[in-house]
Amino acid sequence: MENSEKTELVLLACGSFNPITNMHLRLFELAKDYMNGTGKYKVIKGIISPVGDAYKKKGLISAHHRVFMAQLATKNSEWVEVDTWESLQKEWVETAKVLRHHQEKLEAGSCDHQQGSPVLERPGRKRKWAEQRQDFSHKKSLEPKTKGVPKVKLLCGADLLESFGVPNLWKREDITQIVGDYGLVCITRAGNDAQKFIYESDVLWKHQNNIHLVNEWITNDISSTKIRRALIRGQSIRYLVPDVVQEYIEKHNLYSSESEERNVGVILAPLQRNIAEANS
Amino acid sequence: MKSRIPVVLLACGSFNPITNMHLRLFEVARDHLHQTGMYQVIGGIISPVNDKYGKKDLVAARHRVAMARLALQTSDWIRVDPWESEQAQWMETVKVLRHHHRELLRSLPQKEGPDRDKALPAAPTAVPELKLLCGADVLKTFQTPHLWKDAHIQEIVEKFGLVCVGRAGHDPERSILSLPILQKYRHNVHLAREPVQNEISATYIRRALSQGQSVKYLLPDAVIDYIKEHNLYTKDSSWKDNSTQRN
Repeated sequence: MENSEKTELVLLACGSFNPITNMHLRLFELAKDYMNGTGKYKVIKGIISPVGDAYKKKGLISAHHRVFMAQLATKNSEWVEVDTWESLQKEWVETAKVLRHHQEKLEAGSCDHQQGSPVLERPGRKRKWAEQRQDFSHKKSLEPKTKGVPKVKLLCGADLLESFGVPNLWKREDITQIVGDYGLVCITRAGNDAQKFIYESDVLWKHQNNIHLVNEWITNDISSTKIRRALIRGQSIRYLVPDVVQEYIEKHNLYSSESEERNVGVILAPLQRNIAEANS
Repeated sequence: MKSRIPVVLLACGSFNPITNMHLRLFEVARDHLHQTGMYQVIGGIISPVNDKYGKKDLVAARHRVAMARLALQTSDWIRVDPWESEQAQWMETVKVLRHHHRELLRSLPQKEGPDRDKALPAAPTAVPELKLLCGADVLKTFQTPHLWKDAHIQEIVEKFGLVCVGRAGHDPERSILSLPILQKYRHNVHLAREPVQNEISATYIRRALSQGQSVKYLLPDAVIDYIKEHNLYTKDSSWKDNSTQRN
């Protein structure tokens, strides 16, 4: 197995991270173990990409806080990091574009990740894919063989997969691109309906080989919504989010009934855009 | 505002190893008791079971105590107490309660304790109560024949009190209704609900560890480091240990 060529993977998680919880962090661990366990892949990095403020989701607090909390939460991770590109865009960016951005960045070989993959050594030095491939073939014979440029896959929970069915939330071509060109690693609860959902969608069915369903055997339901609710009610969120995140939330008093009022009555950016485009 | 009764919560169990879920039990129980308006939780004690308990896959108590201690480094109200684990024999939970109750009374007056919930000091004269903290699964084991002595159940709910944190798949109300003794002392059986389903069992952790899978974010990093350093839970023993209960 060590001798076969493994595809290097970068797992990208898009979402609000409002705030990041231990569940989000677990998704990465479960996905990495699963994908590495297939023998076909080697996960070299995880990226957390908090959505920009222009997403306009109810209760969404400012991106700089959400990014900072994610950075605090991943400080002790050797392989998961936070990327701010998406959060810094003025307009909301479709997830397919975020995937494309990160894939292009990998292809340009200009990823600023420091440790990790042998392919990504010499950070900062821009290399074209072909060049890299060349280098690879003559001097890397001692390193485990991997196939070319790492591939980005979207890491998600079953809720994201099922949101593909929400009218106007996703452009059809984006769904095709996500599952066709990139692929999904989807953490689902044992006995949940992800399989059925894939079966019922033609496009998901067609690309099912590119959708990796990972069973989560212990229920882990630490949603950000529940964290915010507990905070507003003065209940403890200890051990549900990393201690450093809890401290940051308390210090800046980030979540309150006022913060929940943000974007109330505002239509979610993807709905606005997709409905407008559909009507034009 | 009337004065609140100070409470110390005691959790008995294997803690093999301690997980974030064990720690959550304390947080949820404290929130619940505070919300009743009657109690002020002034401390929490984790008491890992004695090695003589003889449960399969139980690592040495010194490790289990050390791991709990590491996990609690950052808690300002929960501590680990090795007394139970240091006894020559395994002992019934009720005896552990008696011991800690005696200790508690001996240490009076002592009423500092973290009140996150500010400005609700317990009355200076109030004697703290010691309550047994458990998951709802333990409540269910009260019905298992011969596992618990009736007199012990009675003493626990009559003299001390129970705080049960509900987990998915357990219906604590039903356990109470089916046992007359729990019914009788219903006022001393507190049911708290964990709003977040998070079923991190120590059994799952041990299995994942022995399979080389990540357990990060299921238990504190310091505990994971300790497990690695001491090479705990590595051997490929079988996992059909489903007796999570103890008495």
